[in-house]
Amino acid sequence: MLTKRIIPCLDIKDGRTVKGTNFINLRDAGDPVELGAIYAREGADELVFLDITATVDERKTLIELVRKVAHTVNIPFTVGGGISSIADVSALLNAGADKISINSSAVRNPGLVDELAQEFGSQCIVVAIDTRFVDGEHIVHTHGGRRPTELRTIAWAREIESRGAGEILLTSMDTDGTKAGFALDLTAQISGAANIPVIASGGAGSMEHFVDVFTTGKADAGLAASIFHFKEIEIPALKGYLRNKGIEVRLTD
Amino acid sequence: MKTVIIKYNAGNVQSVMYALERIGASYLLTDDEAEIRSADKVIFPGVGEASTAMAYLRQRGLDKVIPSLKQPVLGTCVGMQLLCRYSEEGDTTCMGVFDVDVRRFDQKPGFKVPHMGWNNLTNLQGPLTEGLPENAYVYFVHSYCADISPETTAVCDYVRPFSAMLQKDNFYAAQFHAEISGNIGQRILENFLKL
Repeated sequence: MLTKRIIPCLDIKDGRTVKGTNFINLRDAGDPVELGAIYAREGADELVFLDITATVDERKTLIELVRKVAHTVNIPFTVGGGISSIADVSALLNAGADKISINSSAVRNPGLVDELAQEFGSQCIVVAIDTRFVDGEHIVHTHGGRRPTELRTIAWAREIESRGAGEILLTSMDTDGTKAGFALDLTAQISGAANIPVIASGGAGSMEHFVDVFTTGKADAGLAASIFHFKEIEIPALKGYLRNKGIEVRLTD
Repeated sequence: MKTVIIKYNAGNVQSVMYALERIGASYLLTDDEAEIRSADKVIFPGVGEASTAMAYLRQRGLDKVIPSLKQPVLGTCVGMQLLCRYSEEGDTTCMGVFDVDVRRFDQKPGFKVPHMGWNNLTNLQGPLTEGLPENAYVYFVHSYCADISPETTAVCDYVRPFSAMLQKDNFYAAQFHAEISGNIGQRILENFLKL
């Protein structure tokens, strides 16, 4: 059976992980390559590297980092942040990224989704949606959730699918950072509206939250950052827990 | 040992190259017939659309070279599909090494297409799956799949049971991405290089 996926997310700045981590066995706590390799060993199903810088020099650092990750890590990984052209994507895929994720650039220019899907195939094009509940409606936001757009979240999810997105990375800005659980209703609505996989993000605080997002939320994958980095939840324990709850997950030896 | 990765318009093969480096294997990425024929092992990767890829192979005569190879050949993903008889994707006549057709997943409630993520292998046979546990998980991304046939050496079930791996004589194939399928994928690549 196709399994539900667990995906740690690493925020990157100048080629280093931004948030601290609790991995005492890390030689260098800021090294995304080493952290990524540890997650892969522990049974993470994929990794997401989110570059929160965007200048030209920093892009070169990112490409170099992607190359090192691809060399070291034997599971799929996605790179996102500041991607706005075919050339950006080409450079990242050639460096060894398996997928790329776009967000604001797709909102600014929805045709970019079509172009990238045609050029590289839908399988490697993830569209990230940051969403917030405003005046009774789910509205797409950009700039880390600070700037509202005109787009309604569910309609936007349908649109990017029809334009060729291969996956949706859905982050609820309402639940992000709260550790009170994923946005279950919205995730279930998006998963029902789109026929492509949905990665739920924002709000994971306990193992039970992952059970909820895979059952009630109908998500295909669950993404989280700090709870993994600070070892509040460890991936082998999480997967064992999910398996005991009857949720199909990949267990590694 | 000389391992060749066949170079064609098959999308990103960087992950395959890195996977070989991780297991300490050297390789050559080439579309040169003499280089391909003189290799000990040939990897025929593929990401992308079947008819475009097939047209490109025909243009270079590689559609004749590949089926005539005598050394172990491993086709992966679209590479596997192109080694089959026919693909529904772009209504494409393929190379016909494997006596099986490639069809799109039917629509079925609760099953998204593409089939994307980790799924388990059953009915394991042949040297490439040596040392693998039954139900080993590997990473898939595809919308088309090969039917079950006497040449099937691993089965995966999504919408319907399909061939996750095929083998006929010196030709081996895997629908999934062994290069990013963790330790299981690494073992499969090592098994291939040991043939």
